[in-house]
Formats: sequence, structure tokens, C-alpha cells
Amino acid sequence: MCEVIVSGDAVLNSANLDSGKLDKPLTDEQVRRIEAHIGAFKSMPGALLPLLHAIQDDLGYIPEPSYSKISKALNLSVAEVHGVVTFYHHFRTHPPGKHTIQICRAESCQAMGCDALEQHVKSTLGVDYHQTTADGCITLEPVYCLGNCACSPAIMVDEEIFGRVTATKVDQIIREVKESA
Amino acid sequence: MSITVYVPRDSSALSLGADRVAKAIAKEAASRQQEVKIVRNGSRGMFWLEPMVEVATAAGRVAYGPVDPADVASLFDANFLQGGEHALKHGLTDEMPWLKKQERLTFARVGITDPVSIDDYLAHDGYQGLKNAIAMSGADIVKAVTDSGLRGRGGAAFPTGIKWNTVLNAPAEQKYVVCNADEGDSGTYSDRMIMEGDPFVLIEGMTIAGVAVGATQGFIYLRSEYPHALEVLNIAIKNAYDKGYLGANILGSGKHFDLEVRRAAGAYVCGEETSLLESLEGKRGLVRFKPPLPAIEGLFGKPTIVNNVISLATVPIILDKGGDFYKNYGMGRSRGTLPIQLAGNLKQNGLIEKAFGITLRELLYDFGGGSATGKPIKAVQVGGPLGAYLPESQFDTPMDYEAFTAIWAVLGHGGVVAFDESVDMAKMARYAFEFCAIESCGKCTPCRIGSTRGVEVMDKIMSGKDHAKNVILVKDLSDTMLNGSLCALGGMTPYPVLSAINHFPEDFGLSKQEQAA
Repeated sequence: MCEVIVSGDAVLNSANLDSGKLDKPLTDEQVRRIEAHIGAFKSMPGALLPLLHAIQDDLGYIPEPSYSKISKALNLSVAEVHGVVTFYHHFRTHPPGKHTIQICRAESCQAMGCDALEQHVKSTLGVDYHQTTADGCITLEPVYCLGNCACSPAIMVDEEIFGRVTATKVDQIIREVKESA
Repeated sequence: MSITVYVPRDSSALSLGADRVAKAIAKEAASRQQEVKIVRNGSRGMFWLEPMVEVATAAGRVAYGPVDPADVASLFDANFLQGGEHALKHGLTDEMPWLKKQERLTFARVGITDPVSIDDYLAHDGYQGLKNAIAMSGADIVKAVTDSGLRGRGGAAFPTGIKWNTVLNAPAEQKYVVCNADEGDSGTYSDRMIMEGDPFVLIEGMTIAGVAVGATQGFIYLRSEYPHALEVLNIAIKNAYDKGYLGANILGSGKHFDLEVRRAAGAYVCGEETSLLESLEGKRGLVRFKPPLPAIEGLFGKPTIVNNVISLATVPIILDKGGDFYKNYGMGRSRGTLPIQLAGNLKQNGLIEKAFGITLRELLYDFGGGSATGKPIKAVQVGGPLGAYLPESQFDTPMDYEAFTAIWAVLGHGGVVAFDESVDMAKMARYAFEFCAIESCGKCTPCRIGSTRGVEVMDKIMSGKDHAKNVILVKDLSDTMLNGSLCALGGMTPYPVLSAINHFPEDFGLSKQEQAA
């Protein structure tokens, strides 16, 4: 079962940005891993996106205290790194839940009832988009097309894709996610 | 003797449980002590039958679907390994009407071969185009592509050969080939099917492009929402390097072409070519002013071919069979074939590669089988989120770039999304603005601010405030976005909005007199 971990809750997140007080300094282990990724990518042309992907794949998010290290290694300003991280929907600056559920909101899925599905998931989990359940288990995100438009409505759980998702099916998926955590 | 069974590894098949079906078949075969070789192929593109399992028999491949893991024992009982009768049997795959009615050129191998096996690719006419190309001059390769009439399949429909010719004639020490695999349009999945089902055809197409214009480095800019395509591409690229089809000395010709996949990060606007280049350079995906064209000053300021997956994946067959062969398909100025993707509310969704000229009605009813819900089809959006909504009265429009332009619509990337009569077109118009607001890169004002104002005005219309006055305001705003935006995101958001208003005024609360006004 899911244990309670550091919350990536959206309310907390915005408080973070406002006050700057809640951002924890990096642990030694995080510093070591971030520096290893920087070392692996810094001489690659156009390194920033591959580097950010590597950090997020490894740590689950891109900690803001890492910006200065990245900017020094790639000869960029901290503002440029911040600009890139925040431009792309995929990158996140705070830890997500143990699992992420993405619900496709694009036209094909709308034509097959994703509006009702997203309401069902939101009320089942008790969160809105960009929020994490109180037990830290599931983060809910919208997505604009998973390329599964022949089998709408579609959702993705971490990197596993599901098609023709009904309320019953999504309940079962959520149950399995919680049990596997 | 071991019997070959095909279970797709295509994302859509996986989304319906293909992995579990493959495991169940392996387990059942082991318990019955039957030797089975399971090949994870691409999808044939009949998604209402996925997971569709095929068995190689002496008469040809026999299809069964949709297969649930619970059906597997009964398939073995029915002796499906010898093509035995079963309620899920569809007969020989090649004889299935859906496939038989198509002209598969770009998709010739998708669903047939093992996507990551270069030997399988070679056994199905793979790398014939590259072999011809390395014996030709760059100018002759470009001429073959120009002669074929191939136009950019990403949506803009710009002649591919002309783009290549510009890069060919741009003197530079370094040139690039960039594949736009940021397939973000709702209702489209043909790029994904190629990358997951026949990645070598894309790799071969990019290699030919590199050889043609003298580019030694290629990048595939792949959307982050496609983890399975990433996996298949990376395996295929490694296999191509191992066999000498990529690297410093391609097939011993002395020609050099390196290729790598770069992951995008969930920004729709990065499907716009200049924004994509910014992203590849490690920046925010802000759209660039043109000129200079990317063909002159592209990636890292160097001459760059930027083409969509389907455009590049169509190049090998053109170099194999000649420009005239390809040109003989199609109508008017739309030459060749278009991989059309049926999506949304249809009984039979899937991939149809046909010569240009087939009508929407044939696609929706003959192939698609009408709506999934059984209600009348009210509207169809063609060409992604920036494409116009078409009413039933326009369903006889042929799939042809010019025919669509003539009715103020776009073919785009060939995605067709059907909606039944329950759709509220005002809500869809609002969504178009909302999507633009979420995805705008923010560089130009009409797109950045217009999209948000559009959502606000649509909210007023939908809550019943001054319909007529506010619809005029939306039209005026759309005019500004259409003519004042830097790229197609802001510039084409008015297509779904205005087409919804024009064809479905009743959904915007307009009375008969107001509609006429």
C-alpha cells in the first residue's frame, strides 16, 4: 500500500513559490546524482532538455536548487534554466505522487465521453488536476493526446497506456495502482 | 515445428491488453507442450479488433480478434495454431475488406514485420531505396522526390522536394535532418504506428535525406507521450548501426549519417518547425520569425531539413520504385497516398492508407461503420485541433488538399475525429480557445492574449449573455488571430471556432434571423 510521502500537492506547491521557504535543500545523494547527470550531458549539443529528462527520470522532478548547478555547467543563466523547466508541461519542480495518472482531454477522447470520466476520477481520488492524493500515492494530470485516438477515451498510468476506459475500468486500475504501491 | 504467432506491440494494442494476451499464449503453449514463436509486430490498424492475434499458416496469416486473455484456452482448443475455426476468427488477414480496399505504400510493412528485426525489414524490400540513393547524385535524389509530388504530410503540405533542394544548394560545413515526431494532434496516430511498427522505414528515409543533401546528423524529435515508440526506435537505431546502415560508412559507400532520438517535453507548439528547432537547441519552444527558413538557417543556425515522420517514411518507396510510381496515385495536385486515421465516435477506428480522393463519407461509413454510439454523426473534425469542423453536408468532400482549402478546411495530418449528435459545438469552440491558451508559446499577442479572451467570450455565450453581440466579438477576435499570429497555433485556432459557428449556429444560441445576419 501507499505510504505517506512528501506531498506534491498543488496548494503546497504554490505556497512554495510564494514564500520560497518550503524548498528543501538538496540531499547529498541528490547532489551526487544531479552532478553525475550534468557530467554525462554537458558536452552534448542542445544538452538542456536531455539533461532535464535524465534528472526527472531519476529523481521524479527537477529540484529548483539544481538550477544553479545546471546553469553553470551549460553556461546559461539561472533564469534561462527556470524558463525552460517551466515552459514544458512535462517537467515538474516538485515531487509527484508515487504514480501519475494522465487523462487525455483532447477532441477524440471528448467525443467518447472523457468529460464524465475525468469528473469520475477527480471525485474518486478527491483531487483536481496537478494535485496529489493526500496519501501521496497518485498525482492526476491532464494530457492533450496520447495518440490512442482509435481507442478513446484513453489514460496513461506512469508509462502504461489504457484504451476504451470506462468508470468501472478506471476504478479497477486505481485499485491496482494503490495495491501495487 | 514451431508456429509463429503475431501479437502487436503497438501502443493502442497494448492499451487493450496485448501484453497480457501474449503472456497468456506463451503460458498456454508451454502447458500444452506446443512450440510457439511469438513475434511482437506493429498493428494492422484495425483497432476495433485489437488485440488482434495472427497465426502464420500454410495458406497465409489468419487473424483472430479482439482476443482477451480469457479467450486463449479456447483458441488452443479450436486449434487456432493451424487456423482452426473460432468465433473470433476473421480468416486470412490479407483478405479482410478493411485492408483489401487500401493502397498501402508507406505502411506496406506495418503489422507484417517484426519492427526491430533488420533481417525481416530486408526480407520485405527494405533498404532498396537507400541502395539506389547511394549510387545517385544528391541532385538526382532530390529530383526523384520532387517528381513524386510528395508534399509535407505533417499538415502544411509544402512540396518536400523543394525543401530538400533548398538545403542541397545551401553551402555549409554541417547540415542536419530533423524528423518532426511531435505528433500532438488529436485524432492522429500514424506517426506513432510507423515508429512502433516499422521504424526502419523512417530511419531509411532520414538516411536518404542525409545522403541527398549532405547532412551527416539526424535527430528524431519524439513526443514524450510515446514511451513505446521511443523504445522501438532506440532498438532499431542500434540494430541499424550494428549492421552498417547508420554511422561513418553506410553500406561501404563512405557516406556518413548519424541518428539519435531526442525526447520532447509535452509542448504542442513544438510541432511547429521553428519552435521544434529551438527546443532541440535546449531552449524554450518559442516560434522563430521566418525568414530565414530552416532550410537556410535551421538547427544551430545550419541548413536543416525538417520533415514529418510520414513524409520521411514515404521517401524509401519513392527511391525504390521511382517518383512516377508514387505520382500515379492521387488526384489533382495531391499526389500519392495519405495515411488517414479514423478516431473518436466511430464503430471501426483505424488506419487507412488510400490514394488522395476518397471522400469523408466513404471513410466514415464504409470504413468506420458509422458512429460507435449508433446516433447520427453530427460533426467531423479533420486535421487535428486546428482543423475545421465539417457538417454532414460536406461529407462528400474528397480527401485532397485543394478540395479542403476550397471549403475553408484543412487535411492536416489526416486525422478524422467523429462526433455524434450529443456534441455541443459551442463547447468545442471554447475548447479550441482553451487549448490554444494552454499551448501558446507566448511570443505573439494575438495567440497569447486572444486565446484567453476567446475562452471568456465563449463563457458569456454559453451562459446565455448577448449571444448575437458576443458571436460578433468572437468572429472579430478570430479575424485578429487568423491574420496577426506568428504561427499556425494562433493563426488556425479560428478554424475550429468559426467553422463551428458557421455550420452549427443553433449551438451558439443564435435565432434564425441572427444566423442569417
